[in-house]
Amino acid sequence: MAASSDTVTPSSLRQAFGNVFSLFILILIGVLAFSIRLFSVIKYESVIHEFDPYFNYRVTQFLTKNGIYDFWNWFDDRTWYPLGRVIGGTVYPGLTLTAGTLWWILNSLNIPLSVETVCVFIAPTFSAFAAWATYLLTKEVKGAGAGLTAAALLAMVPSYISRSVAGSYDNEAVAIFALIFTFYLYIKTLNTGSLFYATLNALSYFYMVCSWGGYTFIINLIPMHALLCIVTGRYSSRLYIAYTPLVILGTLLAALVPVVGFNAVMTSEHFASFLVFLILNVVGFIYYIKGMLTPKMFKVAVTLVVSAGLIVCCAVVAVLIALVASSPTKGWSGRSLSLLDPTYASKYIPIIASVSEHQPPTWPSYFMDINVLAFLVPAGIIACFLPLTDASSFVILYLVTSVYFSGVMVRLMLVLAPAACIMSGIALSSAFDVFTRSIKFASSGKEADAGDTGNGVTQNDVVKPDKNEEPPKEKSSRKKKKEKENVEKAPIATKKSERRLLMLPMEASVVAILLLMLLGAFYVVHCVWAAAEAYSAPSIVLTSHSHDGLHVFDDFREAYAWLSHNTDVDDKVASWWDYGYQTTAMANRTVIVDNNTWNNTHIATVGTAMSSPEKAAWEIFNSLDVKYVLVVFGGLVGYPSDDINKFLWMVRIGGGVFPHIKEPDYLRDGQYRIDNMATPTMLNCLMYKLSYYRFVETDGKGFDRVRRTEIGKKHFKLTHFEEVFTTHHWMVRIYKLKPPKNRMRVKTKKSKSKTTLTSSKRSATRKKNPWQ
Amino acid sequence: MAKSSATKDALALFQSLRSAYAATPTNLKIIDLYVVFAIFTALIQVVYMALVGSFPFNSFLSGVLSCIGTAVLAVCLRIQVNKENKEFKDLPPERAFADFVLCNLVLHLVIMNFLG
Repeated sequence: MAASSDTVTPSSLRQAFGNVFSLFILILIGVLAFSIRLFSVIKYESVIHEFDPYFNYRVTQFLTKNGIYDFWNWFDDRTWYPLGRVIGGTVYPGLTLTAGTLWWILNSLNIPLSVETVCVFIAPTFSAFAAWATYLLTKEVKGAGAGLTAAALLAMVPSYISRSVAGSYDNEAVAIFALIFTFYLYIKTLNTGSLFYATLNALSYFYMVCSWGGYTFIINLIPMHALLCIVTGRYSSRLYIAYTPLVILGTLLAALVPVVGFNAVMTSEHFASFLVFLILNVVGFIYYIKGMLTPKMFKVAVTLVVSAGLIVCCAVVAVLIALVASSPTKGWSGRSLSLLDPTYASKYIPIIASVSEHQPPTWPSYFMDINVLAFLVPAGIIACFLPLTDASSFVILYLVTSVYFSGVMVRLMLVLAPAACIMSGIALSSAFDVFTRSIKFASSGKEADAGDTGNGVTQNDVVKPDKNEEPPKEKSSRKKKKEKENVEKAPIATKKSERRLLMLPMEASVVAILLLMLLGAFYVVHCVWAAAEAYSAPSIVLTSHSHDGLHVFDDFREAYAWLSHNTDVDDKVASWWDYGYQTTAMANRTVIVDNNTWNNTHIATVGTAMSSPEKAAWEIFNSLDVKYVLVVFGGLVGYPSDDINKFLWMVRIGGGVFPHIKEPDYLRDGQYRIDNMATPTMLNCLMYKLSYYRFVETDGKGFDRVRRTEIGKKHFKLTHFEEVFTTHHWMVRIYKLKPPKNRMRVKTKKSKSKTTLTSSKRSATRKKNPWQ
Repeated sequence: MAKSSATKDALALFQSLRSAYAATPTNLKIIDLYVVFAIFTALIQVVYMALVGSFPFNSFLSGVLSCIGTAVLAVCLRIQVNKENKEFKDLPPERAFADFVLCNLVLHLVIMNFLG
C-alpha cells in the first residue's frame, strides 16, 4: 500500500477521496434509515406499538429494575393464570438485553432517557446498522459501488420498514441486522480464510440466536452453501476454515441460550449442519490425501476406500434416520414443519394458522413490500453469475431460499428483503457501471480509453490487495471482466471491436441512466409513502380522516387505564389472547392467555367460553377465577380487526380441544353472519352478547359498520355478566362476572329439591372443565 | 489372484503414503499428533457415554465438543501454516497462531460456561 501510494499518487489520491466519500455516503444512509422510520413518532407519539412489543417492553422494564440474574430466573405469575410462565427460559433475550444494556450505558453517561424511549428507538438505530452490514456484505461480493447501492436500498425497503418503525420494539428489529452481519462475516471468512473472522462469525451467530427464532435459517443456509460448494467442486481450505469452527462454536453458543438449550443438538433443524460438518471433514481429508499422492496411487486409494467407506456411510445414515423417525414429529417443531409443508399448519395447528402473518402472501404484497426490487432481482442474479464466486453463489442461494420461504409465510418477507436489496444493488451498480463507462469512452475517445484502462488496473490492485477470492486469472480489473462478458455476448467480435462493443451508443446509455434514475425515484417515493402512510400506525392509537377532520381513537389505552385504576391488583382479566400482552403491560393485571400461545388447551378453554352460552361461559370463567372479561368491538366505528371477526378462530381453536363446540353451528349455510339470518347458537354465544349488548341504543337500529348489516338480536339482557366500562368509541368493552346468586333466584323460583338438582347438574358440567 | 493384487496395491499405497508423510515438516507433525490425540479423547468420551449414559448431558456435550473443536481448530491452523498451501502465502504463521489462540480462548470460555 505504502509503496504504491508513493509511486501512483493521483490514483491513490482518488482512492482516498473515494473512501472518504463512501464513508460520508454511508453516514447519510444511516441517517436516512433512522429518520425514515420516525414517521410514527411524528404522526402519533413516542409509544410502543402493537402486541408483542408490549411484552418485550415489560420484560425490559423488569430487566432494568431487577437486574440480569432476576431476569434469568423470572417466573411471571401475572400471565397464563393459573399456570404462570417462566419468562427467563422462554424468551429470546437478545432484544431485551440489547435495550437494557443501551439504557444502562446511557444512564451511566448521565443521559437520563426512560426505558420506553430507548425501546422505541432501538429499531431505527439497528436498521441503520443493518444498512451498514448490507454494505459490508455486498462489498465482499461485488465491490464497494454495489455495496453502497444495496445499503441505500435496504435503508428504505418497505418490507423492513414495516417491522422496524420507531416503536415497533420486536425481535426482528435487531435480528435482521444480526442476520446480515452473520452472513457478512461468513463471506468475509470465506474470502480471507482467517480464523479471527471465523470467531467473530460464531459470536455474531450467537447474537442472532439470542435475538430471533429465525436463526435456524442461518444454520441451514450456510450448510447448504457449503454443500453446494463441495458438489460443484469449489471446495477450498478457506471453506473448511469458514464452516467447521462456526458449527462447533455456534452449536455450543446456541446451547447457552436457555430458550434453545439442548435443542441445538437434539432437533432436526440443526442436523443438516452436523451432517455437512462430517461431509466437509471427509472431503477435506480426501483433498489432503490427494495432494500427497500421485494420481495413480490416488486412484488405487479411492477404489480401496470407496468399497469400505460406502458400508460405513450406509450404516451411519440408517442409524440417523432411525433416530429421527423415532420422534413423533420427526424432530421438527410445528413452525418449521409449516415452512416445509405449507399446508401443515392449517391441517394440524389452528393456532399457528390463525395468525395473519403466518398466511401465505398475495402477489400485491410482493409489490407493496419490495416494489421495483422485484424487477431488478433477476438482473442481479445474472450479474452474480459473471463471474460466479463462492460469495456470489452464497448470495444467490440466500435469495432463492428466502423467496421460497417468503412464499410460505408473509412474515418471512422480511428475510427476503435484504437478499432482494443486495441483488438489486448489484444489478443497479453494474448497470450504471456499463452506462457511465460507455458515456465516458464515447466522449473522451480512444487514448483516454487506453489510459483509463491502465489506470483502472493499478487502481484496482491498490484497492483490493486482499481480494484473492478468485483464481489468479480473475485478478485483472473489473473492466476486463466486463470485456469478457461482452465477448460472451458477441463471440464474433475481434479484439479491437471488443473495446468498441464495450460501449453502448452515447444516446442509449444516457436514456438508460435517466430511466434507471426514474426507477429509483419511483422506489424512493413508494418507500416514503409506505413508511408514512402504511406502516407507521401503532395500532393501539387509531386515526381516521373524514370530511370533518381527523379523528383519534384512543380507546385501548382508555380501557387499560380504567382497568389499572378501578380494579384490584390481583384481579384476573380474561380476553382473547391477542390482548394478553397489552393487558399485562399497560393495565398490570393478571391475564388468562396471552400472545405467547404456548398452551393450546388453555387458549381453547377461553375460546370455548367465548363461544358458549352465557351460563356455561360464566362457569368456565368463574372456575378460572376471572373477575373481568374484555372484548374488543369495532362495530360502532368500523374497526375491522375486532373480536367478532376473530370469532371463528375462537370456535375452531376451542372446538379442537372441546368437541362440543362445532363450527357448523355458528355458520348459516357455510356463511358467517350476525344479522337476523344468523344461527341461534351464534346469537346466544357469549361473544355476540358481550359485543352487542346495548348496541341498539346507539343508533336505534343496531347497524354494525364492520359487517355492514343490522345485527340479528337487538334487545337482550345479561344475566351472569354486568357491563362495567365501555370506552368512548365502544371499541373496548369490559364486563364483570356477577357473583353467584343462587339463593335469591331459587327462592323466587321453585322448591329446594330443584336446587340440589341444578347444583348437581352444574357440577356435572363442571367436570368437563380441565381447570376444575 | 484379485485379492493378492489388492493387497499389493494396498501395500504400495501404504508405502507411498508413508514416504509422502515423512516429508512433512516437524511442526505440522506435532499438530497432527495433537489432532489425533483430541479425536482419541473425544472417542473415549463417546464410548464412556455409551456405557454409562449421558446423564449430565451438558457435561458430555461440552466434553466432546471441546475435543472436536480443538481438533478442528488445530486442523485450521495446520492448513494455514502449511507452506504448500498457496492460498495462505500472505498470512504469517504468527498471525495464524494468534487467531488460533483467540478462537480457542473463546471456545473454552464458552465450554467452561456450559459445563455447569
